[in-house]
Amino acid sequence: MTRVDRLVLVLGLLGVALLAAVILAVFVGSARLSPLAVIQALTGGAGAGSTESVVVLSLRLPRIAAAALAGGALAVAGVGFQALTRNPLAEPAVLGVSSGAAFGVVIAQLVGSGGAVVDTLKTTAFGFGGALVAGAAVYLIASVHGGFPVQTLLLSGVIVGIFFASAVTVVTSLVDINRLGGIVHWLLGNIAPLPGPSLLIFTGLAALGFTLIVSQARELNVLALGEEAALQLGVNAERLKLQVFVAAALLTSSVVAFSGPIGFVGLIVPHILRMLLGPDNRLLVPTAMVGGGIFLLLADTAARNVVAPAELSVGVITSFFGAPFFVYLLRTRRGVL
Amino acid sequence: MSEVVRVEEVGFSYPVAEPRRGRPFALGGLSFTVAEGEILGVLGPNSAGKTTLIRLLTKILAPTRGTIEVDGSSIQDLSRAELARRIAVVPQDVPQGLPFTVEHLVLMGRYPHAPRRFFETAEDLAIARAAMAATGVLDLADTPVRTLSGGERQRVVLARALAQRPRLLILDEPTAHLDLRYQVECVALLRRVNREQGTTVLLVSHDLNLAGELCDRLLLLTDGRIARLGRPEDVLEEALLASVYGCAVAVEKSPATGRPVVQVSWPTGDGRAASPRV
Repeated sequence: MTRVDRLVLVLGLLGVALLAAVILAVFVGSARLSPLAVIQALTGGAGAGSTESVVVLSLRLPRIAAAALAGGALAVAGVGFQALTRNPLAEPAVLGVSSGAAFGVVIAQLVGSGGAVVDTLKTTAFGFGGALVAGAAVYLIASVHGGFPVQTLLLSGVIVGIFFASAVTVVTSLVDINRLGGIVHWLLGNIAPLPGPSLLIFTGLAALGFTLIVSQARELNVLALGEEAALQLGVNAERLKLQVFVAAALLTSSVVAFSGPIGFVGLIVPHILRMLLGPDNRLLVPTAMVGGGIFLLLADTAARNVVAPAELSVGVITSFFGAPFFVYLLRTRRGVL
Repeated sequence: MSEVVRVEEVGFSYPVAEPRRGRPFALGGLSFTVAEGEILGVLGPNSAGKTTLIRLLTKILAPTRGTIEVDGSSIQDLSRAELARRIAVVPQDVPQGLPFTVEHLVLMGRYPHAPRRFFETAEDLAIARAAMAATGVLDLADTPVRTLSGGERQRVVLARALAQRPRLLILDEPTAHLDLRYQVECVALLRRVNREQGTTVLLVSHDLNLAGELCDRLLLLTDGRIARLGRPEDVLEEALLASVYGCAVAVEKSPATGRPVVQVSWPTGDGRAASPRV
């Protein structure tokens, strides 16, 4: 079977799995709707203002879309960071990039408001700036002779993450908490049902970040041989690294802006895919987009339901599974991509 | 005979002095050509400029003076992919724990021929498999590179370089990590590639005897300059080697091939050099 066939087959299977996850997520929830009521809402059989219709069309479906997008974006960012650093433990949250983005988003809340779309763009732009700063800081601290030793990279990520988390705390302490509506909740990582325009912007940003990374997937494979070897094989390594770094930061910051910092998706999903498909980034990047979506959608559905009618933060769930997974990777597969 | 590479009055110096060295390392006034189909050996002590020369030829570094031409085009005018279609490098080794299979690694040699393509074509695969067959690693196609022995890895990396279908093949210390048997295999393999495919070879090595045996001409570097360029018997000469390497050597003619064989005079316990004759 050629690589093309494999990619098509796996994407097909993942597509079916995603559909199954969407169906599950749309039918379960704290508002106890019968399956029939859900179907009526979906097909327009329920009245426009009815509870069924509001719950399914305005709450569940937009939230499902946001979860799938966020998961895909985080997983693709994870693949990107892992290929860049040649380190399987690199991931937006572990690298401190999520914290940098969170700081940017918090700062954006302090700048005056200008309507929903403008606010969304402003928040994302500030988050993107924070992610770039944090990522560049980790890069500068951790790079030793053009490489990233595992321990140095992880420590740098943790330190930069702590720094920006503290900065967020400073801002939230200084500012009237009411101006930062729901920030504590947001900081834990929560998927909210996004209004149409926001969802559109989120989709656009995710698509842009995904395109920038997937178009370089073949080059990222070559980069695994080391920078000098990549140059000698005709890869423009400097441009490649910059493009993938910016794209991964963009993906991370858009997720943080809309859903808060959600950890470990970019670690767990690429690792599972790598076990199934091998190290080829041309297979990993597209499948991570779908696989990450499935993963976070399931995690969010669990977050909505395990303690219903209350809710867990989805970031809590991913960290709960992610932390032990991280330890497992650190102990067993250190330094092996 | 046409030339594949022309190096003219090339000078280069690293911007910052290495503290250890006290002054910046520099290459100066390097001029030589590599003729089509020849095997040129580049020799010299540590820090003579061998690695810097490879980096200059592959545009990792840009010369501060002079020009380097490949097939008549200045390498500064060639894109990285265009250059990689003309010059392939076999590095000393690949990074530890590389997860790719042998076939995938060899296919990476096809990248410069169509950088915009997402997946390799059937033709790419055929070329890669031919290269793997040429270096005897075809049966390892689906093996992960990280599980290979040093000799197998070397042949895989050579296959990747051959899959580039280059005009010039640069080998950086190809036998450094190999035991005797693989060194012999490596020499046989290079000869075969050179003869059968007409590939021009630039062999950078510490191994004077390997280079003397395999190469048509030798380029002896010392301290960033050319000490001598010529046939092996003219370069591997006792007085020249003694002054370049700073130790006594004896050179004999191999009875089997007629090529020069260099022997070092190992110091004895009392500090004097022993007779180089064994």
